[in-house]
Amino acid sequence: MDLTRRHRRSLAGITAAVCATLLASACTGTNSGGGQDGSASGQDVTITFWHGWSQDNEVKAINDNVAAFEKLHPNIHVKVVGNIADDKAQQALRAGGPDAPDVVSSFSTDNVGKFCSSHVWADLAPMLAKDGVDPAKTFPAAMLKYSQYQGNQCSLPLLGDAYGLFYNKTAFAAAGITAPPRTFGEFAEDAAKLTVTDGDSYKQLGFMPNYHGYETAIAHYLGQYGSTYFGPDGKSDIATDPTVAAALGWQKQLVDRLGGFDKLEKYRTSFGDEFSAKNPFTTGQVAMSLDGEWRTASLAEDKPDFEWATAPFPVPDDQASTYGRGYQTGTIVGIANGSRKQTAAWTFVKYLTTDTDAVVSFANAIHNVPSTLAALDSPKLEADPNFRTFVDVAKNPNSSTTPASVNGGAYQVSLQNLSYAVESGQQNDLRAGLTATAKEIDDAIAQAK
Amino acid sequence: MAHVSSTLPPALRRKRRREAARTAAFLSPWLIGFGFFFLYPLLSTVYFSFMNYDGFAAPTFVGLRNWDFVFTKYPSFWQGMGNTLWLVAVMVTLRVAFGLGVGLLVTKVKTGSGFFRTAFYLPYLAPPVAATMAFAFLLNPGTGPVNHLLGEIGLPQPGWFTDPSWSKPALTMLAMWGIGDLMVIFMAALLDVPREQYEAAELDGTSAPQRFRFVTLPNIAPIVVFAVVTGVIQAMQYYTQAIVAGKVASGVIGGSGQQFEPGYPHGSTWTLPQMVYNLGFQRFDTGSACVVAIILFAISMAFTSLLMRRRAGFLNSED
Repeated sequence: MDLTRRHRRSLAGITAAVCATLLASACTGTNSGGGQDGSASGQDVTITFWHGWSQDNEVKAINDNVAAFEKLHPNIHVKVVGNIADDKAQQALRAGGPDAPDVVSSFSTDNVGKFCSSHVWADLAPMLAKDGVDPAKTFPAAMLKYSQYQGNQCSLPLLGDAYGLFYNKTAFAAAGITAPPRTFGEFAEDAAKLTVTDGDSYKQLGFMPNYHGYETAIAHYLGQYGSTYFGPDGKSDIATDPTVAAALGWQKQLVDRLGGFDKLEKYRTSFGDEFSAKNPFTTGQVAMSLDGEWRTASLAEDKPDFEWATAPFPVPDDQASTYGRGYQTGTIVGIANGSRKQTAAWTFVKYLTTDTDAVVSFANAIHNVPSTLAALDSPKLEADPNFRTFVDVAKNPNSSTTPASVNGGAYQVSLQNLSYAVESGQQNDLRAGLTATAKEIDDAIAQAK
Repeated sequence: MAHVSSTLPPALRRKRRREAARTAAFLSPWLIGFGFFFLYPLLSTVYFSFMNYDGFAAPTFVGLRNWDFVFTKYPSFWQGMGNTLWLVAVMVTLRVAFGLGVGLLVTKVKTGSGFFRTAFYLPYLAPPVAATMAFAFLLNPGTGPVNHLLGEIGLPQPGWFTDPSWSKPALTMLAMWGIGDLMVIFMAALLDVPREQYEAAELDGTSAPQRFRFVTLPNIAPIVVFAVVTGVIQAMQYYTQAIVAGKVASGVIGGSGQQFEPGYPHGSTWTLPQMVYNLGFQRFDTGSACVVAIILFAISMAFTSLLMRRRAGFLNSED
């Protein structure tokens, strides 16, 4: 049966009203939170803490840390929710409500720019100042850098990762190499000496330089150069910073010297999972690798049939004096801006990130680098010589990181895409490629603002 | 109409109102579902395509800025568009042709047809992620059994998911492996073709290809159109297999300083649905993600409308 015009109008009106209401509700922003939760005066408060750890030993370690905190602060109770990815935390913070987290940790420092600029995580600077914590004197410079965006300290480091060189001492001895390389020049020579071909493949490769060779990302190489990524005006400076072109050129030379992109890439596809005993360094497929401190624990557990050791990753020949530096990243933790229990949340975050014993015991438990200067120097830190390499990299003032950006890691993807094109020979005009990529990065950042 | 309605006796008007109310009550479940799950998301997508919205702060109106960004400042867009259209053209065509071929084959098999039907249908039941990972293992250039076999018989060994010129064909092979759904639909349609038409055609002395062209195809034409339309929609939403294959083959886990490269290798498996996710949830650019979603919707609608119009014309001419 046909509806009359009046009925149709009524129906259209109702539909429009429903749509308008729904659209309006979709546009609602995050509620601002409150700080006075009574915890300072001893009132019982329960806060919710979301983190991403999922392995049994990691979950036990963080739970032990929480238990120690609750013992120190009996009126603050922490409800822990683990195995949470950034995407899920973002949606929960956006939605708010009683079940939303008060404290959130993230494995990716790339999202700090968005968390800070959107104010979804609270600025911790006033809380640090109120409690007399000087961030510059508490945290290593690189770690402090990746936990803030344009002066907004919306997160703090909670353990870190540092990168260095793992080398096969047995293979070194067989090739007559007596010490780990300190410069890229020495490194290339050693990589060539350690390479043993097998038909159109390799019996042993000195080093896998391809950008998909697990941790050999362009950003990790650039950590050895101290590249800045952005100028003081906030624009991409990859086309003007000579170290970026130098890094891309050096990697390409090494690719060509070790057999060429196609041959190396085919060999790469024979590698097992990075985070398993089939890692190519563990299996002896590569004699040197660029990797993080967590590998020391994996190697100790997997017990490869050769002797291995660690050292800082080499630096460019023209920056030999900076030897000892490395790329750094880590876990960050922040407080939801919408939380109504920010006093208790801050007490917890301060404990997790600045209490030396808490940081050291957590680092010991999950084999990550401590994230405060005091913890790095703590005698309680369990660090054999191989792990000590990474502690020293974290303490090195020349160590660097990838800075926070308003659109997450988009600028890294743009640079990565260029690096893939350069190593495979698709982009031979490096200058033009860098200029176009810098523009792409600037356009994307302007779009995100 | 309104004049006629107003002149109706009061009793009849009341009856009509009751009928209208009853109709609306019966329609309301669908109307509510349509409003919440189609109309509202669609209108929201259009609304946010004109807004700067990062998912957290209140959105602000930016006019056509998002549209300008997607079309002129986001170089990956055109590559993703090209890949998606490639999948629509090649993957859909091959899937329909292969599904029809397998359907014909299993209807003709005299003995062991149950086995063949099961064998061809089973892969369809495999979860897309598991199936893709299995294919990435089989087609691994360095250690995969497929390249090993090709090498043994002296044939070239492609890079498959690691080679930009082979990655989309590899995904197409994966799609054809999971052809079970189409096979069942075509099988049902083929078994419904009246036997007497084949008998009459045989009496006329037609060859097998002629019987397929003039008897089978007209009878199953609506099913072919259905397969193409749903195939186009699926191809326009192609996400899981492309992203899993890219991630497994690239070896990159992702993390700070080491972003996962969507579309590995060299953007060859980068599709519009991946772009929606990347822009919206990784770059926090909801506005641009909505622009791509609208483009995706518009292309799907255009393809579907075109195919449905062609179908109507075809069926009318045949009928």
